[in-house]
Amino acid sequence: MEKKVVITACSALTPIGHGKQQILHSLKNGLSGVKALRDDGLLSDYIHSKVFGTIDYPVEFDFKRSHRKTMGPVAFYACQVVKEVLEQAGLDDDFITSGRLGVAFGSTHGSPTIQRNIYKTFFSGSKDQFSTVSAVDYLKSMVHTTAVNITKMFGITGRVISSSTACTTSSQSIGFGYEMVKFGIQDAMICGGADEYDTTTVAVFDNLLACSTAFNDTPYLTPRPFEARRDGLVVGEGAGAVLLEEYNRAKKRGADILGEVIGFSCNNNGGDLILPNAKGIQETIRLGLESAKINAEDVDLISAHATGTKMGDVIEAQAIHSIFGDTVHVTGLKSYMGHTMGTCGVIETIIALYMMEKGFIAPTLNLEKIDKRCAMIKHVKDLMDSEIRIALVQNFAFGGVNTCLILKKV
Amino acid sequence: MKLEREYILKELSRIFNEKFEIKNPGVDDDLREEYEFDSIDAIELLVEIEKILGFPLSQEQKKMAMEVRTIDQICDYIQKMEYVGV
Repeated sequence: MEKKVVITACSALTPIGHGKQQILHSLKNGLSGVKALRDDGLLSDYIHSKVFGTIDYPVEFDFKRSHRKTMGPVAFYACQVVKEVLEQAGLDDDFITSGRLGVAFGSTHGSPTIQRNIYKTFFSGSKDQFSTVSAVDYLKSMVHTTAVNITKMFGITGRVISSSTACTTSSQSIGFGYEMVKFGIQDAMICGGADEYDTTTVAVFDNLLACSTAFNDTPYLTPRPFEARRDGLVVGEGAGAVLLEEYNRAKKRGADILGEVIGFSCNNNGGDLILPNAKGIQETIRLGLESAKINAEDVDLISAHATGTKMGDVIEAQAIHSIFGDTVHVTGLKSYMGHTMGTCGVIETIIALYMMEKGFIAPTLNLEKIDKRCAMIKHVKDLMDSEIRIALVQNFAFGGVNTCLILKKV
Repeated sequence: MKLEREYILKELSRIFNEKFEIKNPGVDDDLREEYEFDSIDAIELLVEIEKILGFPLSQEQKKMAMEVRTIDQICDYIQKMEYVGV
């Protein structure tokens, strides 16, 4: 029998704030978290895009050494948001360690900061006979470092899923976690993603001419999803986690229910690894609606992937229009913080939950003049009050991976 | 030059404090039991021991350190390796 799956806790560490109050403040006041790219002593001088969605405020990590020693920056972010989620949820230790709680958590490529240190050791040309790669560098840098540092810190013994599909990493985490609970394999799953400050990713997109470069002196004016002057994406950093629980269990223990996950889909474009694909997006939306057993007209809000690239936004707008026409509100949340890569799906899910609870829609930031080719959908240009019963969060990744998560207000 | 035990103890105290956040461990304390000092930490410590000795250890010599549990045993190990190395 299929189980009802609800979200009972969430936390996010983002360029526009840490936690609900700060994030809501930024959304309601149109504050951007995009700042100047920091000098990394390696790539930043060669990158044309000089902007980054940055966590530039202090974050206090109160972790003991036995936990810290296997963590790179990305795992610090991941463990911090999960710690906050577990504190918020109030799960008892017996359940956390029972094997009935699992983890679905990932990042784009582990910890590039640590990977750089390894390469520096290899390629520095140092003749120091003691120069060595640390025993823990692999544990800090490996692609599933977030998931297993979480299990270690909290003694979690259930399923471990560590998606690493670039921009769909954390939306897959939520989707796969949802399926774990829905089909009774686990009673609860901690799901999410994290990505640390990293110029390697910026360099990759910069090289593909996909990064924003025209607003280097005014970082807060970019990215500009669906806008006429948009000139590419802005890479960012962040972390987010949600706790998914089987509904009856959550209700029995008196948990706060923040929303229900009613549908998930994931597909592939089946071809090019980079180019946006309207057919692939349409199909993932169709499969998502089918999974949720709802019709297009039941959806109140679409959180678009909306990276601010020239073609990606046009293709996404076309795909949305082909299914929803111009009746459903569409917002692009990356306009506030840039593209947090593997984290974007969970951050956008959490913000959708906040907007559901508070009854408002944060507009797409910097949307001054809508590109005619994107104008056929119902953009949110100004902060508006709105009852949101069902929200759809869509994300797309390099490799042709698409996801669609459907959330319902409970 | 032979390394004095007092010097080794002083160096180990510094290393445990700075690198492992273990302050003034007793010479007979079981490091694993009392301070969660595990095999990963032991590998990290070996790098520091090589610096004290002034020469790199072989894989076989490093494996010999894996059974060491106390500061006192680490001192013994360093003095033994110093003798072998010379």
